Amino acid sequence: MKQFLIFIKKEFAHVFRDPKTLLMLFGLPIVQIVLFGFALSNEVKNTKIVVADYAKDHASQQLIRKIEASNYFETERSLKSATELENSFRQGKIHMAVIFPVGFENDLLHSGKAQVQLIADAADPNLATTLISYMNSVVREYQLEMNKDIVLPYVIQPQIQMLYNPELRGAPNFVPGVMSLILMLICVMMTSISIVREKEMGTMEILLVSPFKPILVILSKAIPYLILSIANIIMILLLSYFVLDVPIKGSIVLLFGESILFIITALSLGVLISTRTASQQSAMMISLMGMLLPTLLFTGFMFPIENMPLPLRILSNVVPAHWYYLIIKAVMIKGLGFSAIWRETLILFGMTLFFLAMSLRNFKIRLA
Amino acid sequence: METVIQTKQLTKKFGDFTAVNEITFEVFAGEIFGFLGANGAGKTTAMKILCGLLKPTSGQATVAGFDIYKQPEQIKRSIGYMSQKFSLYEDLTVYENIRFYAGIYGLRSKQIKEKSEELLERLNLQDYKKKLVAELPLGWKQKLSFSVAIIHQPRIVFLDEPTGGVDPVTRRQFWDLIYEASSKGMTIFVTTHYMDEAEYCNRVSMMVDGAIEALDTPSELKRIYKANSMDEVFQELARKAVRTAD
Repeated sequence: MKQFLIFIKKEFAHVFRDPKTLLMLFGLPIVQIVLFGFALSNEVKNTKIVVADYAKDHASQQLIRKIEASNYFETERSLKSATELENSFRQGKIHMAVIFPVGFENDLLHSGKAQVQLIADAADPNLATTLISYMNSVVREYQLEMNKDIVLPYVIQPQIQMLYNPELRGAPNFVPGVMSLILMLICVMMTSISIVREKEMGTMEILLVSPFKPILVILSKAIPYLILSIANIIMILLLSYFVLDVPIKGSIVLLFGESILFIITALSLGVLISTRTASQQSAMMISLMGMLLPTLLFTGFMFPIENMPLPLRILSNVVPAHWYYLIIKAVMIKGLGFSAIWRETLILFGMTLFFLAMSLRNFKIRLA
Repeated sequence: METVIQTKQLTKKFGDFTAVNEITFEVFAGEIFGFLGANGAGKTTAMKILCGLLKPTSGQATVAGFDIYKQPEQIKRSIGYMSQKFSLYEDLTVYENIRFYAGIYGLRSKQIKEKSEELLERLNLQDYKKKLVAELPLGWKQKLSFSVAIIHQPRIVFLDEPTGGVDPVTRRQFWDLIYEASSKGMTIFVTTHYMDEAEYCNRVSMMVDGAIEALDTPSELKRIYKANSMDEVFQELARKAVRTAD
């Protein structure tokens, strides 16, 4: 036991003496939270649009004021020619144009039908659809106000309720994603590199010749990263609570329990990689290419998995971070209990056992 | 004389390749045993089997009286090992390295303190106690490495090309340390391909293509092969080699 503690102490010394490791451990989560929380937000806010009001009547003015009141748009009123508008679109100065034709109110009041033209820059299709649907809802609201005294014969009114995240903010989606990404990076990459480093340096042989048990070598390599990862989760959760204003709705104990399970999954994957590689470089390449990319792609926090073709949807199931992301979202954002995530937990557990069995097998083959 | 290492037809095959071919030899307590051979002759493989890093394909061996198949744990407690790769942690201080290795061999805190003071004094490294190992010159690292490998006072210490890449003066100093350990009764099992070092050994075995071709004292070997130096003995024997270095 004392030998074990001495070993763990040594591992911590390695971590705390290497500025690069430290930066990655504690700098990366902060940068990612800030990036995903603020810079890479997929919410639409204050998008530049142009309103060309050729009607200049009461109705068009009223509607424009409604548009201006919305904080989705930053509205500029101007009567640009078609060419000027096109130039603004080309230069990326505006993302949407709203054009009221001459006689807007007249048409509305007398023929009962008026037209307003919406032109959107669909080079960014997501932004264009979002803008159009926001604008549609503004128009619809105005229309409802106009007709509030009139009873339509048949009306279907969709009652919309945005669950768990009513303000449709990006942060509640990103925080669980960042957590899975960071844990994957730290646990898989750092553990595999630190084990492979001992092989590369030749110190592994010395350790294997010593009475210290090989399995304990691996354990004492993994435990410091388990502790550091837990510290990291605490840091991410504090950041997301105080900086991004993302509450933790479910049980904190459950959240940590599931995180520790995922950390162990990632650690055993790191150990598995280390048993198959001989140099730090290749361990890093495998961890980065094999872990980081799939985690980014298939976790579901950047690209919705539902939209992917079937083969990719199937592939996403073998990415451990995918399940962890589902679990954390359920517990943290939806506030659900264990009964809602037992299946995901079981899958992670199974993956862990698989990785551990594989690394144990490789370890034995290497010694024989 | 007491035997501390004994092998009988010890063999290691990797697939079709026979790295070590039925080697049989004995090493006596307190001697400096040189285990020589060209690169790829099978020295390191044989040494790894004796240290418990590899399992032999067939044959028998005992180390410090313990069977390599049945008592690997007891063997581990009785031996020290220094690999060809430099084996200290560069990002730890001299003292931290000593404490770590002494610690994993189960030495008590008080023993660790005493031992490391003694070791630092012997190597004249007191002023470097708190310096990172990375700051030491290679020769010093190697001397430190050796002292750390024997800090738990093993009965046998295995040295795998311990002086690779060091200048002759430092090599000489390194051998002084080996003599000192040997004079205290420790058995030294050393591989090298510097033939001048072979002269320092009590007995020498010459390995060619996985088999032991000759085993005797350096003076006896020179007499048998009518050679002036161990280098000539080696050239004479190595000529038979079919294998090229791997």
